[in-house]
Amino acid sequence: MDYVIEMLNITKKFPGILANDNVSLQLKNGEIHALLGENGAGKSTLMSVLFGLYKPEEGVIKKNGKTIKIANPNDSNKYGIGMVHQHFKLVHNFTVLENIILGVESTKNGVLKMGEAKKRVVELSEKYHLSVNPDDLISDITVGQQQRVEILKMLYRDNEILIFDEPTAMLTPQEIIELMKIMRGLTKEGKSILFITHKLDEIKLVADRCTILRKGKYIDTIDVQSTTKEVMSELMVGRKVQLQVDKEPASPTDVVLNVKNLTVKTKRSKKNKLTNVSFEAKSGEIVCIAGIDGNGQKELVYALTGLSDVTQGTITLHGEDITKDTIRKRRVAGMSHIPEDRHKHGLILDYSLAYNLVLQRYFSKAFQKLGFLKHRSINTYSNELIEKFDIRSGQGRKTLVRSMSGGNQQKAILAREIDTDPEILVAVQPTRGLDVGAIEYIHKQLIRQRDEGKAILLISLELDEVLSVSDRVLVIYEGEIVADLDPTSTTEQELGLYMSGAKREAVS
Amino acid sequence: MMNKLKHRLLASSGFAASLIAIFAGLFVGFIILLITNPDQAVDGFVTILKGGFTGGAKGIGNIFYLATPIIMTGLSVGFAFKTGLFNIGASGQLIVGGYVAVLIGVLAPGLGSFHWVIALIGGMAAGALWAFIPGLLKALFNVHEVISSIMMNYIGMFMVNALVAETVFDSLRAQSLPVAQSAQMPTLGMDTLFKGSSVNAGIFVAILFVIVLYIILNKTTFGYELKACGFNKDASRYAGINAKRNIILSMTIAGAMAGVAGGLIYLAGSGKFIEIVDVLAMEGFTGISVALLASSNPIGVLFTGIFVSYITNGGFYMQLYDFVPEIIDIIISIIIYFSALALIVRHFFDRYALKSGLGDDDIPAPKVEPKRKRRIGLKNKEVDKDE
Ligand SMILES: Nc1ncnc2c1ncn2[C@@H]1O[C@H](COP(=O)(O)OP(=O)(O)OP(=O)(O)O)[C@@H](O)[C@H]1O
Ligand SMILES: [Mg+2]
Repeated sequence: MDYVIEMLNITKKFPGILANDNVSLQLKNGEIHALLGENGAGKSTLMSVLFGLYKPEEGVIKKNGKTIKIANPNDSNKYGIGMVHQHFKLVHNFTVLENIILGVESTKNGVLKMGEAKKRVVELSEKYHLSVNPDDLISDITVGQQQRVEILKMLYRDNEILIFDEPTAMLTPQEIIELMKIMRGLTKEGKSILFITHKLDEIKLVADRCTILRKGKYIDTIDVQSTTKEVMSELMVGRKVQLQVDKEPASPTDVVLNVKNLTVKTKRSKKNKLTNVSFEAKSGEIVCIAGIDGNGQKELVYALTGLSDVTQGTITLHGEDITKDTIRKRRVAGMSHIPEDRHKHGLILDYSLAYNLVLQRYFSKAFQKLGFLKHRSINTYSNELIEKFDIRSGQGRKTLVRSMSGGNQQKAILAREIDTDPEILVAVQPTRGLDVGAIEYIHKQLIRQRDEGKAILLISLELDEVLSVSDRVLVIYEGEIVADLDPTSTTEQELGLYMSGAKREAVS
Repeated sequence: MMNKLKHRLLASSGFAASLIAIFAGLFVGFIILLITNPDQAVDGFVTILKGGFTGGAKGIGNIFYLATPIIMTGLSVGFAFKTGLFNIGASGQLIVGGYVAVLIGVLAPGLGSFHWVIALIGGMAAGALWAFIPGLLKALFNVHEVISSIMMNYIGMFMVNALVAETVFDSLRAQSLPVAQSAQMPTLGMDTLFKGSSVNAGIFVAILFVIVLYIILNKTTFGYELKACGFNKDASRYAGINAKRNIILSMTIAGAMAGVAGGLIYLAGSGKFIEIVDVLAMEGFTGISVALLASSNPIGVLFTGIFVSYITNGGFYMQLYDFVPEIIDIIISIIIYFSALALIVRHFFDRYALKSGLGDDDIPAPKVEPKRKRRIGLKNKEVDKDE
């Protein structure tokens, strides 16, 4: 059998947890092999073992049938293994080119040979349709472009086994299609790909085979074509998962959030980021802001939650003007916020899980007395949340959040933000990086919140989430609301037209 | 209790890393000794290791005496570090605090037995003010605290030189006047216990502040906010924490600690006076090493402060051998600064700790072979059509 890579009986332990428990995986030459599993199942760990970041307690790795030793990323590079991490590892104040050649710079008399390197990068980017400008700073380019830089990094090193750890979680649907094509192109060039994702559609679309892990254990390796999504999700979660959301029609009552003529300008650009945005969110409904990434969603969320200032217009919460209120005041008035970037805003990675779970409440009477933290209450409360939201980690509430799996980090944020019983929940991509089971749970939670009379503002890039969860869809295009749609009578195609600006309706 | 503490100490990689760093520092120090004076290297090194103990009771007393101000500056630097601020201005805060303490100590003899307390509080306030300014500049105008506190170091030094000459000048010796007896730190009988040393109640003041800062950082909402800002500014803002307020407060408290250090030095009654020289106070910089070595943990600062003082005292006795004082200074600095590389060592240590795990279990082997074997053609994939 022509396996390029075999990982046999790998066991990797972390304090308090068996992250990989006798797991085996065989990668065929030229295939796209998906890795599927719940949050915390051990996917990233297994790939990090292959990439030389972790040393397993047991197991062997073979390349083309021969046993190899991988002690660090230099070794893996030697064997042609490259990896794009779940959270990118780029130097932000370096250029694209500098990042690509970092560590494998070729020099002449101690001077960098930038000219040649640049030529090669340009060649590679043309060959694989990975358009980037080598001279751009990483901090100035989009997440999608950053990912292309990560891919170019692997190609520049002539890697032939490419690991993608949840590459699509951060991308827009357009970019995802783009990436899938690139991956296909790469296998045609003889590369083999290991691909982690939670989205079954993507697996169906590109993968040849799929290995499934559950709680650190190997479950099965299946042929993708002949297996349904339902079967895959059942294998992975261990029970039947409802992929469709079912809910009663909404019965909205009074207005919770009222946004009037909101305009946001930034110093950098002349064009408005938001122009005259007006809408309401009522108690008992889920309002979704749909749009292609970069059309003002971020500015809207920042303005609503107080992370940035408003140029014009007003925001009222239950009739109170909060336009100029501090972030803390808005919080206390009942606004919750699931942020887009979990590492930048959502978490303090070097705090324990318990400390992160009280990040929005540590100052309340329940957790503090005369300025002293009530650690006992904090601990009991976090244990409750961990149980309720099934947040998995090695050492429970004491775990450093930095060491938790991406999906479980997201669950921690969700638990914190939903459990405060907000009047309005601003949820930006709340299910990003979650497994299907967790998504099902979160969607149910959102709907439960709605049924309890809360208002929910959902910002999502995923069309099926938009259409299945929300009760009302507002489409945002170039900083303006261009449509107010009823999801039950709107198709994805129609929504797409509004989102791309090809169609608009008069919105009151 | 004791067991729990021990367990905690051992469990923290920071503690182990600090130990490794200290040994590395000692090792390098020894190499330098070998190079500069091979004949007496071993004797000299043993003297350093024996540290303050060489002088018997006096030596032990002096260890605590010398440790006092650097524990305080270590606290100062470490506290600011926890908020993500680099207080390189402890030197200026120290001298300004020292000056105000001396001023009160000399000019207000009517204060009775509280005299030294008031002088110390005065010094604390002055140090606090000196750090408040860079804190304010950072919070309001985003001026980097390193730049502004270096400037405050020099402003403080020259200003104190001028003010000493104006107010409390001993023109015969070109230094500040001695403080009143009532303004000197009480010795609490330690002068007889550690005969011949200058140890005084200052060490207990330092321990008191170690405890206070430990409680602030680990038990209060204020400490929770400070550390949150230090770890992740954006997330702290998102959580509604007032970062500006915390920057100012953190710097102010750090300055207060350095101010106390100054007060404790010049109220010790050990024959130290503010001299009119254009030199920044060393203790401010030693505080950086002390804080680094302790990973900014207040309890750690107490021990690393004592360690640094121990080594420095050992250095004094090296003059018994054929070492020029400059070499001794170099050796001591090498040991201290090399030890301060603890942060880097710690980094490696953490990575190693991540790589190796704990515990074991028996696990049944999974089946490796896939259920079906089928190679899938690439052509008929939807992606290719999707244009
Ligand atoms: N460096 C680490 N230190 C301690 N525990 C870790 C570390 N990395 C991972 N773990 C633990 O190992 C388990 C598996 O984590 P891993 O990141 O492999 O999950 P995953 O399958 O990639 O999940 P996700 O889909 O959420 O990204 C988790 O419970 C996690 O808490
Ligand atoms: Mg992962």
